Amino acid sequence: MTAVRKTAKAISLTAENGIFSIEAAVNGVRGSWRVGAEDTLLSALRANGWKGVKRGCDTGECGSCTVLVDGTPELACLKLAVSAHGREITTIEGLGSPAEPHPLQEAFVEAGAVQCGFCIPGMILVSKALLDKNPEPSETQIRHALDGNLCRCTGYVKQVEAVRLAAGKIKNREVRRAGQ
Amino acid sequence: MPDNKTAFKVVNQRVNKLDSLGLACGTAEFADDWNPPRMLIGRLLYSPHAHARIKKIDTSAAERVPGVAAVLTYKNTPRIRHTTAGQGFPEPSPYDSLIFDDKMRFAGDRVAAVAAETAEAAQEALSKIKVDYEVLPAVFDILDAAKDGAPVIHDEDDAKNIPDAKHNICAAYALDIKDHEWYSTADAVIEQTYKTQYAQHCALEPHTVIAYFDADGRIVLRSSTQVPFHVRRIVAQSLGIEVRRIRVIKPRIGGGFGSKQEVFLDQACAALLLAAKRPVKMELSRKEVFVSSRTRHPAVIRLKTGVKKDGKITDLDLAITLGNGAYGAHALTVMMCSGSHTMPLYQAQNNKFTGRTVYTNLPVAGAYRGYGATQGFFALESQMDMMAEAIGMDPVEFRLKNYIKQGQGSPIFKAMGEGREGVEQVMQSCGLERCIEEGLKASGWREKRELYKKQAGAKRRGIGCACLMQGSGIPEVDMASATIKMNEDGSFNLLIGAADLGTGSDTVLAQIAAEVLGVRHCDILVYSSDTDLTPFDVGAYASSTTFISGNAVRKTAENVKTMILSVAAKILNEKPENLRLEGGRVVAASGISCPLSEVANTSLYYHDQHQIIASASHTATTSPPPFSAHCAEVEVDTETGAVAVLNYVAAVECGTAINPALAEGQNDGAVLNGLSFALTEELEFNAAGAAKNAGFRGYKIFGAYDTPPIKTILLSTYEPAGPFGAKSVSEIGINGPQPALANAIYNAVGVRLTEPPFTPDKVLAAIRAKR
Repeated sequence: MTAVRKTAKAISLTAENGIFSIEAAVNGVRGSWRVGAEDTLLSALRANGWKGVKRGCDTGECGSCTVLVDGTPELACLKLAVSAHGREITTIEGLGSPAEPHPLQEAFVEAGAVQCGFCIPGMILVSKALLDKNPEPSETQIRHALDGNLCRCTGYVKQVEAVRLAAGKIKNREVRRAGQ
Repeated sequence: MPDNKTAFKVVNQRVNKLDSLGLACGTAEFADDWNPPRMLIGRLLYSPHAHARIKKIDTSAAERVPGVAAVLTYKNTPRIRHTTAGQGFPEPSPYDSLIFDDKMRFAGDRVAAVAAETAEAAQEALSKIKVDYEVLPAVFDILDAAKDGAPVIHDEDDAKNIPDAKHNICAAYALDIKDHEWYSTADAVIEQTYKTQYAQHCALEPHTVIAYFDADGRIVLRSSTQVPFHVRRIVAQSLGIEVRRIRVIKPRIGGGFGSKQEVFLDQACAALLLAAKRPVKMELSRKEVFVSSRTRHPAVIRLKTGVKKDGKITDLDLAITLGNGAYGAHALTVMMCSGSHTMPLYQAQNNKFTGRTVYTNLPVAGAYRGYGATQGFFALESQMDMMAEAIGMDPVEFRLKNYIKQGQGSPIFKAMGEGREGVEQVMQSCGLERCIEEGLKASGWREKRELYKKQAGAKRRGIGCACLMQGSGIPEVDMASATIKMNEDGSFNLLIGAADLGTGSDTVLAQIAAEVLGVRHCDILVYSSDTDLTPFDVGAYASSTTFISGNAVRKTAENVKTMILSVAAKILNEKPENLRLEGGRVVAASGISCPLSEVANTSLYYHDQHQIIASASHTATTSPPPFSAHCAEVEVDTETGAVAVLNYVAAVECGTAINPALAEGQNDGAVLNGLSFALTEELEFNAAGAAKNAGFRGYKIFGAYDTPPIKTILLSTYEPAGPFGAKSVSEIGINGPQPALANAIYNAVGVRLTEPPFTPDKVLAAIRAKR
């Protein structure tokens, strides 16, 4: 029997045959997951079909596996799956879909910021967290936020533009909503 | 057909990349994003020794690990020498590789493979393979490797096409085109040796392949490859089976830059499938990507040049030795491109090229964006500045005096191809002078050159430039083809073997088809690539896709257009020659029209029933170079040696940019890769030949925050041989940063750096040596 404690709220989990049963919400859907003690959040998410979370290095160096945990960007390859217990996880699939894309997803397309696209889910999620906190970031703030997400295809030029474009889209959307 | 850009409707437009929404939403599938049921995990065991022979290997304990389905070594896999270089057949690279060998040639060479139920079981099995090695003397330095008495790395008797295995020489080539006695007319002769480093491609998606059987027992390889058709052929060859037994599917690819032009994982994965009789996935770790996939060839380049006081280059003699590491992938062609893609840029009177590529006991080099031109241009463009200084001429004026102009050719083109004789070509388009003008203007070159003449203090600024060219495909070698078929609603399926690896080629090729067919680019449904479903294409390399595959698509679309007009002529009761395609309709000169959907439905259901479908192929007789001028502004801290790039401008002309946004993205990315190759990137090895920094923590590529301002300026020319005037754009940009920064650093602090990366310790040492 292994026990895992979460620091903020003491929650103890018990394992059966090395498998923990955890409760977590992924992209708004609350559910129960069975995860191994050593499974990373990245492996668990991908094993459960959330393939938008990418494995670029598995050592916390590239940012491709970024997800939002309670709204904060985290590297899923460095987090144990059990640590997701009681948390809300957002992957790129939770932001929008091709039928109903999030303004950030639209902006990355329109700015030409997507080349191979492997790093893009992580970049968009990091940008989401940035814009949630800071709706009008400067170029330096955008570059700082994106700095942990490596891209080898681009010069980051169009991704910085995309985040700016998305900031404008989100603002306009809010203005429109306020006017309705 | 429009032949100038003002008439284009879809081409030369910044339309959205077709696959970008799916990629931004996480729904686009890369190789590992779809897994067959009951899939096993394949893992590799690597040699800890740089050079060793396996005396004994015992896999019995590994085979007994629960969950292990197959263990492969040299003992139970076919021993068929092949090259892993994904090139056209017959490949110009030596046949020196086996799926598994009993000789290890670098620390990271593969010993064995395991397929097991879980990664943990596979890992445990690897740890239980007992290997008894006879450790052999190793050689790491590329110049030492070719000396008498050096350890012979390829002493096997079944390798083919190694020119001098005893001296570890895996490729050699020499050329001497003399107009007059060497250096007899030169006013100044400059000789300098340059040394470029080991580097890795660092595509964010690691190499991945999933092998499974289809319902009929054929091998399906879902592979992160740039060269699906070459994968099919080389896997068949290395396993000794027929091509027809293999199907290769290329899903979305997470970048390649040449590293996925190599076929080294697919045959191992197919062999595991055959042994385990269950689907197998092999996905490299980041460390494996660094050590055991492919790298850029390190090089030692000696350049000796003569120049007259009036600025004429009299003599150009480039001698290069490249290191290929343990196997000779792309040995001959990368070496030849270091001359053939650089020396024609300037009209020298005497031209000499001496190249050799050598084996060492280090990781394997292969294709890497720039493909030899990167190494060659570092030397050539550094030396251009030295020559200009020697005759007291402005470096830009000196380049303008010598560069190849429209209407001019070079004897190099005819003499040197890729691994064989080249083709004669005369420049039909060259916008280099405009690139230089725009680059100078945007970077404030002239003012800054003046301003930086008088500086004081610890931090000194400088500005430097470099001019560049590349090719567009391999003439008379590369072949591409396309199929287009029409659907009821006036949409079209475009089936292409061309491999979009993140470059945007699916979109570019759709734009070309759409331009001919008078529809929007989103009316073209692109499928790339699947060796069962799409026609042949050599794949994504040599800057060939827009130029060669693009021409195949243009021809195919024209054939489809002819078929459409023939059906529409009957519907509209007009002659085909009076009809045109526009806005999704067939429009007659008289003004009457019908929608494409009516044409499609007529042909499919009503009258003279047939599928409107066509295929066409293209090979090129020339390889028109794109041209580019780069300007770099730096600040050098003379107390620490740190170099900060303040501004980087890259003006590039690629004929007609089929999609300017994608062309800019290609150039931005190539420049950034070049910048870190100039400043930080180097794969380093310890005294035993093991990689020291095989990860992003130790091997620095730039993030968004430390990336300097990069400005790409696209300039149009019109290349008559290209589809709608297009040339290539994907590689050229990587060749500029090393020489442009070296020249800028020289301008700032007066020291000439010849061994990138220009790290603070090297810069500081050079500054101190000068004092």
